[in-house]
Amino acid sequence: MSTAEMSDATWIDCMQRVHAGRDKSAFAELFRHFAPRVKAFLMKSGADASMAEECTQEVMATVWRKAHMFDPSRASVATWIFTIARNRKIDALRKQRRPEPEDLPWGPEAEPDQADAMTLQQESERLGKAIAALPEKQRELIEKAYFGDLSHSEIAEATGLPLGTIKSRIRLALDRLRHAMQ
Amino acid sequence: MSIKHHLNDALLMAYSAGTLPEAFSLVVATHISMCDDCRARLASFDAVGGAVLEDVGSVAMDDDAFAATMALIEDAGDEAIIADIDAGALFPAPLRDYVGGDLDAVKWRPAGGGVRQAILKTSPNATVRLIRIPAGASVPDHGHRGTELTLVLQGAFRDEEDRFGPGDIEVADEHLHHTPVAEEGADCICLAATDAPLKFNALLPRIAQPFLRI
Repeated sequence: MSTAEMSDATWIDCMQRVHAGRDKSAFAELFRHFAPRVKAFLMKSGADASMAEECTQEVMATVWRKAHMFDPSRASVATWIFTIARNRKIDALRKQRRPEPEDLPWGPEAEPDQADAMTLQQESERLGKAIAALPEKQRELIEKAYFGDLSHSEIAEATGLPLGTIKSRIRLALDRLRHAMQ
Repeated sequence: MSIKHHLNDALLMAYSAGTLPEAFSLVVATHISMCDDCRARLASFDAVGGAVLEDVGSVAMDDDAFAATMALIEDAGDEAIIADIDAGALFPAPLRDYVGGDLDAVKWRPAGGGVRQAILKTSPNATVRLIRIPAGASVPDHGHRGTELTLVLQGAFRDEEDRFGPGDIEVADEHLHHTPVAEEGADCICLAATDAPLKFNALLPRIAQPFLRI
């Protein structure tokens, strides 16, 4: 099976093997798929090839080290790796700190709900297809926004995406997490 | 906490894309720490970033990249889980990080009319500060050249637009001209970021402005 045919469920399984078993072959699968994408993303965001290579290795090392933080009821693996790559980019390219929201308290009693995780993966796939189906001009605008090529006022024109459903699913997962914490 | 005034899509998308000035990111991160609705909206913008990453194409890694990454992992060891969570604190974790503690660690300076402020250190393309308005007092009438974000942490203020209580964020641009007044009761404490100096109408605040950096 080529990596392109692997579904999000495969990546979640790999993440769990990395987290629970420190499984190098699962990590190698994630690396084969995501490292070349992270490198391409960083280069489109203005990094040269050697900086992008170095940052990508750091991003993938963070994926290993922070595997316990990955919550499949709130993000797909691609989304989670995107956030790590984005933070590395702000640090390396923009030389700024990145204030992050307070973490939600997180423990064994708050294990992500399997059904929540599955629904979220389906919604992520659906969102990917919806973005791919947008008129080319709008899709390019969104890509430019995430490569850091749009000013704040230009970004306002790139909003208006169909995010209602995925947002509601994540909101439900957050409610369950908060409830489990009490 | 019932939050009525939220972040707009453009701010959330820019924060997700990582293009906001650090000062604005701090206000956004602090609001999201208080607001699960905006946390979920941010996560959906992050999902857009995930979709962009899946479709960005690929650039081959160096031949030894996997081995080099495993070496990085072995050098650093496993990360300890240190969550900065303090349910009793007034300030959410990202703000405590910039202040160096909670409310009692803030180094307030007088800003005129009983109002006090503390500028927090960030990259220079925008500024962020804590403002403490005594209960019942007002901030001088002012307009904006750029964008101003004001997040309420304690107490509440009213202006020509609405009432803003704990967790509420007011997003002001050059069209808004307002005189925020703190409600009676507790002092109103806000976190405010601007990417351009404010425009005061009265002469006195205008003279003081270069010294106060507002």
